[in-house]
Amino acid sequence: MYNDEAYITGSCVIRNNRVYRNGTLLWEAPQEQELPEFLRAGYDHFAGQYPKFHKMDSLSKLGWLATEVLLKDQPLDYPAERIGLVLANKSASLDTDLRYFDTVKDIASPALFVYTLPNIVMGEISIRHGFKGENAFFTSDAFDAAFMTGYITQLFAEGAMNACICGWVEVMGPVYDVFLYRVEQQGNGEIFNTHNLQRAINIKSL
Amino acid sequence: MENLMAALKAQIVEQLNLQEVKPEDIGDDQPLFKDGLGLDSIDALEIIVLLQQQYGIKIANPEQGPEIFHSVRTIAAFITAHQNK
Repeated sequence: MYNDEAYITGSCVIRNNRVYRNGTLLWEAPQEQELPEFLRAGYDHFAGQYPKFHKMDSLSKLGWLATEVLLKDQPLDYPAERIGLVLANKSASLDTDLRYFDTVKDIASPALFVYTLPNIVMGEISIRHGFKGENAFFTSDAFDAAFMTGYITQLFAEGAMNACICGWVEVMGPVYDVFLYRVEQQGNGEIFNTHNLQRAINIKSL
Repeated sequence: MENLMAALKAQIVEQLNLQEVKPEDIGDDQPLFKDGLGLDSIDALEIIVLLQQQYGIKIANPEQGPEIFHSVRTIAAFITAHQNK
């Protein structure tokens, strides 16, 4: 019998060219800055020294950057096989799918093709941080906190993992929205439940 | 040959989106893959696209890939050989 109790031990929100960690504004770029420039500036500010970032599509860059902020100076201290990833969004990889489709008319771009699945963002995060645990990517019109809480709680209950990164990574054209949480079976934080996870949506008012 | 290698370096940086590499940082004989410039298999495919788009050259025998793509100099030699045909 495994314990399904867990805690939200951190959060990162990337929205309106601003980056928040645990509800506190860490950094912001000019509002008029377009997404590619914002992502490059965010990379320079929070990361650097990871040239593969530049090859990623916007979805992977957003998820990668949010995880970088979430784990900066505070990595998840569990065996790689015990750390999972559960993400969701609305548009899947459509933003990149359309860019790839544009190249097919000439010579199809291999570099774009490899990002024509939404779960690739989890691969990029896993490569960066060495995660090897359970992972799943769901697509729905809006963030479904109840579903995500239930799915993750079940994974904890089955003893499939001890910690995970979960949340929402959405991008379509210039419009994006990211909120990720770190959830652990040990640690200090709010109880991991639907109510507390749902509060992520309320950060929109920040 | 020197001009072609300089052009290739700039095209590789552009095509492969190597934003933290300057063309002049790439050595003529520096291995492009693994411990050299660190390119991967997707980059190899992008170089194939580059050769097709910029030089109208298709690689007929994929087994030649490792030999052709070893360095900027070997790619330039391949282009020169095929453009002279």
